[in-house]
Amino acid sequence: MTVTTQHTVSVTINGRPTDLAVSPNLSLLELLRTEAGAPEVKLGCGEGVCGTCTVLLDGEPVNACLVFAVQVDGCEITTVRGLAADGELHLLQQAFLDHAGSQCGFCTPGMILTAKWYLDRHPQADREELRRALAGNLCRCTGYTKILDAVEAYRDR
Amino acid sequence: MYAAAFDYLRATSWAEAVKRLEELGDEAHVIAGGQSLVPMMMLRVAAPSALVDIGGADERTIDLVDGRLVLSALVRHVDLEHSELVAENVPMLTQAVRQIGNVRVRQRGTIGGSLAHGEPAAELPCVAIAHGASVHALGPDGEREIAVADLPLFPMVTTLNSGELITRVEIPALRDGQGSCFLEIARRPGDFAMVNVAAIVTCDADGTCTEVRLALGALGSRPVDSSAAAQELVGAAIDEAASESVGRAVAGDAEIGPSSHAGVDYRREVTAVLVARALRGAAADARDRRAGVKVAA
Repeated sequence: MTVTTQHTVSVTINGRPTDLAVSPNLSLLELLRTEAGAPEVKLGCGEGVCGTCTVLLDGEPVNACLVFAVQVDGCEITTVRGLAADGELHLLQQAFLDHAGSQCGFCTPGMILTAKWYLDRHPQADREELRRALAGNLCRCTGYTKILDAVEAYRDR
Repeated sequence: MYAAAFDYLRATSWAEAVKRLEELGDEAHVIAGGQSLVPMMMLRVAAPSALVDIGGADERTIDLVDGRLVLSALVRHVDLEHSELVAENVPMLTQAVRQIGNVRVRQRGTIGGSLAHGEPAAELPCVAIAHGASVHALGPDGEREIAVADLPLFPMVTTLNSGELITRVEIPALRDGQGSCFLEIARRPGDFAMVNVAAIVTCDADGTCTEVRLALGALGSRPVDSSAAAQELVGAAIDEAASESVGRAVAGDAEIGPSSHAGVDYRREVTAVLVARALRGAAADARDRRAGVKVAA
């Protein structure tokens, strides 16, 4: 039988430093949702296929379901709430509202974080490039057209 | 979703990782990017007693040494995707990594992990086999070199010994006169491939094929070198008729196992079409490279 030990991880979540005791089998996703007060990060497939649980880990997108919390000691994590730190919507969030890019809303945090990360690095990305970047974020409501409209509107702001 | 309980420790060097794995025994597992292992743990298909994290065991270096691309096993897909050195010397890596999973998976997944995992539909082993690549593996009995073609045995089973780790990958770069092309068919972008084809052709100045190398993935229990079935191309111009004839020969020869994606006949047909396209793509690439056309990463 395995004897597992608790590990302490120091993480900065949306700019706020936190120390948390974790078991090795706690995923970053569960850490955020249950221990760190960040339920805006959603569980979709739990297998890294749907993109719903996307967060930025040191600025890069990861599936929070496929990273163990114990692995992120010393890292900075940004959830969708980190984009609207002062309670005012980020322009990309506003674009999703304006273009009806969100229906049930479940995929929206992952969509927005992935799109923002990609456009930060590729500010001139065309619709096809955006489509490829977002290909791993599944939406079961919108048919994607309005999501891409919103992302393009933000790009062209 | 929760994985079964396990112990976690970090290794700061390859030697330390090997030592820790030896101490922890057969039930321990190494973790790098974790993009294949963690889903298996979440689904409880895998339940290692301990994970040895090798993320800090090495730098993610990519170098060109004597005509070979030398990569740390920890090089991530995203590193390959954006490397000019990779795009110039082993362009199929650039083409193939863009078809792996999604942006998040590519952010964490590593080339060593992909080669050690033994997934028959994985893109990188197929490319590596076409290039005649090899890996350096470190284990309790020391270091050895293994041809990537000799690495995968069955789905998720490789010839790596217990406690042995891939530390480095060496891939011969394209030579003068060569061109390459990687093609894949999946149901949706990022899904497991139904067919992978990696082709390298060598052409002389008038476009006659002097050498052909071909690897197929996702068809059977492991990716395979199918060069032998493509040899009728040597001495021919790689036009539509020649490439389609070779495509049929290769597909007819291929061992195609059952799949939940599509039937054997369909995948054999797709293989014939993809091989023909990949050979023409590789011939076009050889022409472009001869003409000095720069292919952007």
